[in-house]
Amino acid sequence: MRKIVSLFLSFALIMACSSSDGEPTEVADNFDRSAMLVNWADNIIIPSYEAYASAVADMKASTDAFTTQPSLTTLGELRNNWLQAYTAFQSVSMFEIGPAESVSLRNYTNIYPTDAAEIESFVASGDYNLTLPSTIDAQGFPALDYLLFGTADTDAEILVKLSSDSYSTYLSSLVDRIETLSSQVLSEWKGSYRDTFVSNSGSTASSSVNKLVNDFLFYYEKSLRAGKIGIPSGVFSSTPLSDRVEGLYSKEYSKGLFNASLNATINFFKGKHFESESTGESLEQYLRYLSELNSTEDLSVAIINQFEAAKSAVSQLNDNFYFQVESDNSKMLQAYDELQKNVILMKVDMFQKLNIRIDYVDADGD
Amino acid sequence: MRSGLKTYFNQNTEAAPLAVFRIFFGLMMFFSIVRFWANGWIDKLYIQPKFFFSYYGFEWVKPLGLWTYGLFVICALSALAVAFGYRYKWAIISFFISFTYIELMDKTTYLNHYYFISLLSFLMMFLPANSYFSYDAFKRSEVRHQLIPRWTIDSIKLLLGIVYFYAGLAKLNSDWLINAMPLKIWLPGRYDLPLLGDLLQQEWVHYGFSWAGAAYDLAIPFLLLYRKTRPFAFVLVVVFHVLTRVLFPIGMFPYIMIVSSLIFFDASIHQRILSIVSRWAKIPFNHFGNGNSLNQKTWDSRGFKRKLIVGFFALQLLMPFRHYLYPGELFWTEEGFRFSWRVMLMEKAGYANFKVVNKSTGERFYVDNTDFLTSFQEKQMSFQPDFILEYAHYLKEHFESQGHKNIGVYVESYVALNGRRSQPYINPEIDLTLQKESFKHKYWILPFNDEIKGL
Repeated sequence: MRKIVSLFLSFALIMACSSSDGEPTEVADNFDRSAMLVNWADNIIIPSYEAYASAVADMKASTDAFTTQPSLTTLGELRNNWLQAYTAFQSVSMFEIGPAESVSLRNYTNIYPTDAAEIESFVASGDYNLTLPSTIDAQGFPALDYLLFGTADTDAEILVKLSSDSYSTYLSSLVDRIETLSSQVLSEWKGSYRDTFVSNSGSTASSSVNKLVNDFLFYYEKSLRAGKIGIPSGVFSSTPLSDRVEGLYSKEYSKGLFNASLNATINFFKGKHFESESTGESLEQYLRYLSELNSTEDLSVAIINQFEAAKSAVSQLNDNFYFQVESDNSKMLQAYDELQKNVILMKVDMFQKLNIRIDYVDADGD
Repeated sequence: MRSGLKTYFNQNTEAAPLAVFRIFFGLMMFFSIVRFWANGWIDKLYIQPKFFFSYYGFEWVKPLGLWTYGLFVICALSALAVAFGYRYKWAIISFFISFTYIELMDKTTYLNHYYFISLLSFLMMFLPANSYFSYDAFKRSEVRHQLIPRWTIDSIKLLLGIVYFYAGLAKLNSDWLINAMPLKIWLPGRYDLPLLGDLLQQEWVHYGFSWAGAAYDLAIPFLLLYRKTRPFAFVLVVVFHVLTRVLFPIGMFPYIMIVSSLIFFDASIHQRILSIVSRWAKIPFNHFGNGNSLNQKTWDSRGFKRKLIVGFFALQLLMPFRHYLYPGELFWTEEGFRFSWRVMLMEKAGYANFKVVNKSTGERFYVDNTDFLTSFQEKQMSFQPDFILEYAHYLKEHFESQGHKNIGVYVESYVALNGRRSQPYINPEIDLTLQKESFKHKYWILPFNDEIKGL
């Protein structure tokens, strides 16, 4: 009994001391989550948005060039810049937080399959409002994919169609809309949001780390794993749905877009600076810190190995996922399985190790 | 022995501690419900979801749509009436029923604290908590008693003691004591706390908190019972619960426990509390001090209440051990985990991927859980077998109503427990639609690849 009492006394004493000290003691091995947020914001997120916004500006310039002087050359340039911008978007899509979240950037930029019938009716009537949520499947890069590649069978016919006033007006509205959204998000990040994001370094469900890691995983699970591979290969339906691939009309870019997205995901995990070889504070480092602290296995190794396995499974696929689903869907399903394994490693194991709550109501616990 | 028990049950004691307990309990419950409402949780937890997880045998208890708000109104008003001792008997019955109904509506929100409140209010239905310092006692002299049976107050102490002591017993396992899990996961996550944040990164602190927590739970009922250690014990209660409040998202519970533990103190302290309240609220306090004692013969004729309470406690003492009837690791299967004061013992996370198969054609597809469940429900479902089973049956019904035929539902699931690497959880070869919920062991839970030693 006395032992228990003295144990309590010492416990109470520890508590009393630690809270009356006033000065927080610096601990050398404490992982600095604020530094991770700074690395994410300054070296990854903002540079990625800058690159995206500049690619979108190029796309807008070539759209203007095309509409003033439609030709197969200007069409080719527009298509090329569309692909550059679409690819750059894959590096920012996962950051659906703050400004991107408030404008629903992903929903207004990359919803596919696009609704070709709706696009045609908008073109014909000239009566549409792209800020309405009901029009998300008639705008963004997938809608441009349809306009630039799917409106007719040959390039010459497409050129004729897009040269008409109704099509070229719609084309310009789509590009303008993408441009507005991208520059709005970038300017907010460069304005006050960067500091809001970095300073919200707490541990609650609404803190930046908690929220962005949830957004990151949501993106990985929904957009990358399910959207790009799972849904077209029929994982969620009775039969494969080959027409749900990204880049359906251009036919040759779905794998390239996928790889851009997967690489961006891996780079974020590793804290790799945008278009650079140097790395900073990251989920990988955080996991390594915790494994050293608790002398347990380093989960980040398993996650990175699994990313590599997914990459090599995807390298077996045709550039055109539509063709892949139609010819040999089993390879798509294999790629899906490899992607799926990392959902478990990240959502179950990593979340537990980092003590990140799956974002739900801040309800009481036991 | 028998005569000892008989004298014990005939002893009387001052009613003041029970009156103070009733007042604080009622007020705390009232504010808990107001807080729950103000946080928007009624809408988020009981109105928004499409599907609700039921307790076995209580499938008929469901949220009432917008009438659910009415249920919370009834519950809050009953709590206030309990506090004031206004038509106490009906108030506490109505509180018990409405509160328990709310808790039964969706298993997702199960908390030991809520279960504790249900049990406590059940117990209070049989206690003369309105004998003293209540509206009832003020108005009706036949209700007014300064002395009440001693066992009625002791029963609340016993329930509190069980909660603490069993919570302590549950901590005597290798994960908690040897590995300092799950505190080793939870505490470093609170790095942003002023003063404590850096300390919480230290391994010795994780062990210190684990061991001190277990010792606290086991010892506190006795320290509170023993007069000489009581003031010290109360300080511990306050320190412990304030600390848990700071470290974990734990709601009103710490305050409820702090206030409840006042019942261990002598009547004189409660008299003082009541006289302060009287002065402040201008209530003629002396009106209640009539020296009358409650006549047990008429109040509890044939000892019905007493027997019921004894049976209630026998059940409470046994329930937490029911997991011995099941094979396998308790933390893994969770068979016998709930209703046993196993508090804060596990950091468990899972992932459950449901596959719907047409058994005649072999066609199959996976389910997007977010189509049916809130993220909170999905999280809770993913590591609890009874949730997984109920959800699988729901999926079968749903897809059958969409015209699918010969449906089988399989799940590929992974669970990580207390920092271990995730491992497969449910046998993926088992068609869950052929399994029925029951109290029997669920053989389709895959075995746990590790061992947790302890009670």
